[in-house]
Amino acid sequence: MASHAITEVQHVEENYLEVKSRWRGIFAWIFSTDHKRIGILYLVSSLTFFVVAATIGIFMRLEQLTMGETLMSPDVYNRLFTLHGVIMIFLLIIPGIPATFGNFFLPIQIGAKDVAFPRLNLLSWWLYIIGAILAITTLFLPGSLPDTGWTFYVPYAVRTGSNVALAVFAAFILGFSSILTGLNFLTTIHRLRAPGMTWHRLPLFVWALYATAWIQILATPMVGITLLLIIFERVLNIGIFDPTQGGDPILFQHLFWIYSHPAVYIMVLPGFGVVSEIIPTFSRRTIFGYKLIAYSSLSIALFGSLVWGHHMFVSGESDTANIIFSFLTFFIAVPTAIKVFNWTATLYKGSIALEPPMLYVLSSIFLFAIGGFTGLMQATLPIDVHVHDTYFVVGHFHYTMFGGTIWVMLAGLLYWFPKMTGRMYNKKVAYLAWPFMFIGFNVLYGTMMYMGWKGMPRRYYDHLPEFHTDHVIATVGSWLLYIGILILLGNLVYALYRGAKAPDNPWGGATLEWKTTSPPPLENFTQEPVIKHEPYYFREEDNG
Amino acid sequence: MGASNFTNQVDNVFLFILVISVVLLIGITAAMIYFVIKYRRSKHPNPVDIHGNVLLEVVWTVVPFFIVMGFFYYGVVDYREMRNIPEDAMEVEVMGRMWSWMYTYPNGVQTDTLYVPLNKPIKLKIKSVDVIHSFYVPAFRIKQDAVPGMETKMWFKAQQEGQFQVMCAEYCGDRHSYMYSQVHVLPEDEFERWYASAAAEVETFAQAQEGAEVDEAARLEKLVKQGQRLIKTKGCIACHTLDGSRLVGPSFKGIWGKTETVIANGEEKTIVVDEAYLRRSMLEPNVEIVKGYPPAMPPQGSILNEQEIQAIIEFLKTLKAEQ
Repeated sequence: MASHAITEVQHVEENYLEVKSRWRGIFAWIFSTDHKRIGILYLVSSLTFFVVAATIGIFMRLEQLTMGETLMSPDVYNRLFTLHGVIMIFLLIIPGIPATFGNFFLPIQIGAKDVAFPRLNLLSWWLYIIGAILAITTLFLPGSLPDTGWTFYVPYAVRTGSNVALAVFAAFILGFSSILTGLNFLTTIHRLRAPGMTWHRLPLFVWALYATAWIQILATPMVGITLLLIIFERVLNIGIFDPTQGGDPILFQHLFWIYSHPAVYIMVLPGFGVVSEIIPTFSRRTIFGYKLIAYSSLSIALFGSLVWGHHMFVSGESDTANIIFSFLTFFIAVPTAIKVFNWTATLYKGSIALEPPMLYVLSSIFLFAIGGFTGLMQATLPIDVHVHDTYFVVGHFHYTMFGGTIWVMLAGLLYWFPKMTGRMYNKKVAYLAWPFMFIGFNVLYGTMMYMGWKGMPRRYYDHLPEFHTDHVIATVGSWLLYIGILILLGNLVYALYRGAKAPDNPWGGATLEWKTTSPPPLENFTQEPVIKHEPYYFREEDNG
Repeated sequence: MGASNFTNQVDNVFLFILVISVVLLIGITAAMIYFVIKYRRSKHPNPVDIHGNVLLEVVWTVVPFFIVMGFFYYGVVDYREMRNIPEDAMEVEVMGRMWSWMYTYPNGVQTDTLYVPLNKPIKLKIKSVDVIHSFYVPAFRIKQDAVPGMETKMWFKAQQEGQFQVMCAEYCGDRHSYMYSQVHVLPEDEFERWYASAAAEVETFAQAQEGAEVDEAARLEKLVKQGQRLIKTKGCIACHTLDGSRLVGPSFKGIWGKTETVIANGEEKTIVVDEAYLRRSMLEPNVEIVKGYPPAMPPQGSILNEQEIQAIIEFLKTLKAEQ
């Protein structure tokens, strides 16, 4: 302990990237228990998976460019849309913001030196990577990649010859990674807040992570059990979902969505948190309705756990259950609407700088709002009967999950990149990527919603002539979007090596991460911060 | 008038929500853009901290609540009608399987196209023999999953003559995107004529089974004709072509008497396609799978009776290889 303390004193000026440990090269990363290094590990791995899955998406769109076979057989196409979904959901969006920015900034924002359990944190990343490797391994094993869609519905998932068992086991392991991260964050938020950091002085990103962590802990075990049951069903033929043995295929859908619906709030709540950070910073004023935003995250977490049945309106679920689930689903619209109104009100009488992170966040609110409104349509029973399992749903969840979560994750990346790396990217190039992404996004997913309303079912390898023009337009949109993503990420990779040195507080932010150096030192602050204000208090900056 | 009694209803709810959504979306977006321009830092360097406003926050909690409750109410009213099946509806059984639809009428007629009379309520009883499918008629705005082991139901009244696309909306494997069928809406008298003639045909086929025909050649001819019909209605041709091209399963062309290598219990063996093999392939398709094909076919015992199996075999005998 003594020698450790001495090292600390000697290297007090070094940032976390320069600190020497007993490991060298890549091992200094993959064996590090520093929450910032783990955050970067997650960031690099999840963005890599993002590019892979987006590329798969491009190939799927290319297949739809002509009728009949264009590039691949139905067998390959079915595996690709499964892989696209599994990677995007389990390897990008669920760990996404919490594991990357949450890991990096949660301890800093509450004035802590690290998370409560640093070793557990490293274990979470390892489980994540092991899960990812297992999922990819199916490609080289008999049966190859699964062809069930990311939802693994039975009986198809039990009957198919593709390698479902290992892919499902991979998702099971990823679930543990998620649970451990949630546990770690909850403990950190409860136990490690700096002096003066009361609950109502927590940045809203921390509140969002707090609500998310509860869902991760409470809901994830559910999907773990469900996935194990699929494996038992396939390997041991236990018959729990098989009607010829007294089982029930609908039971699977209940079990699956009891987790997977709350999971969409695991995916989107941290994004709301990031929005609540970026808007005050670039408006240079306090957030409007702090408490309402904080508590609306909790109420979304609560109501989100009670609405899973709205995925099953045409499954054979009873009419009574359908009506109740529809009713509860509409409740979620209220806290979500509150957030959007409060964000808009925060712009009022601010001093607004439309820097790249702000531009991406504001456009994300627009896209997410479209996702929200189309969600209301699907919550309305007779509309859902028509649009369920069509491209309308595909468009809707890309507006929420991509337009909401991933878009905000990219905004967060533009916001925190200088803090994490100590380098500033080229802002002009960041602006340049925007029209490609924004136009491409709406052309791609807007057209999907339109053709879904006309009756184009999802997960279709081929399409009828009446949908052909729509598919061509959507495919062109996918090219624009993809180009935009590559420009955006390429700019950041370039900045990593050639970017100008970033100042400690490039945006004039008020939360604690902007009060330390860029990049932060190993233990985040040279001395423990004492908090005297609400999180979005910009007056000191004005005086200084 | 909509294609079904639900078409306009669903479109109206949709339009109602769409208009309100677009108004709100434009409002929020316009406010954001207006604030961003008006309070841009170059013109408005000194921000004002406003922590909240209780009245405003109450307003935008309560107002959205009542708006969405309006959506819910409007939706439930229509939904209850969708689920409230008229007593006098004609019942048709819909059977989904990889990868085709089969319809069974009260008089025993089976088809691969759903014929319905105009302006009469039709109740569909939906089942599946293998995995989950979803019976979807976009023009009618109706959809219901076909779940193995249970019977789901829904109803509609067709209000326009013509043909309407039926699709499978729940992913069900390789040929999911080809699992199409049609609804033919006929004027009532035309429907009655079709219904009677289809019933008469079932009757003639039944005679072929009972051996009521004196002339063996005529009996065989009827069986072949029936078999030709059955491979369509029972969905065989969703996977087995008649022209020698490859789909999911081996083509029927020239199958009779062919020598095939099959996999039985993991071991290869050579067989000649005869009556016994064809019968086994329908009832226990996975016992001897032709090499190179997936074990994808569900046992057909629940949808084929002995006489139908015989008819299909007689038809397959007629499919010569090359002339």
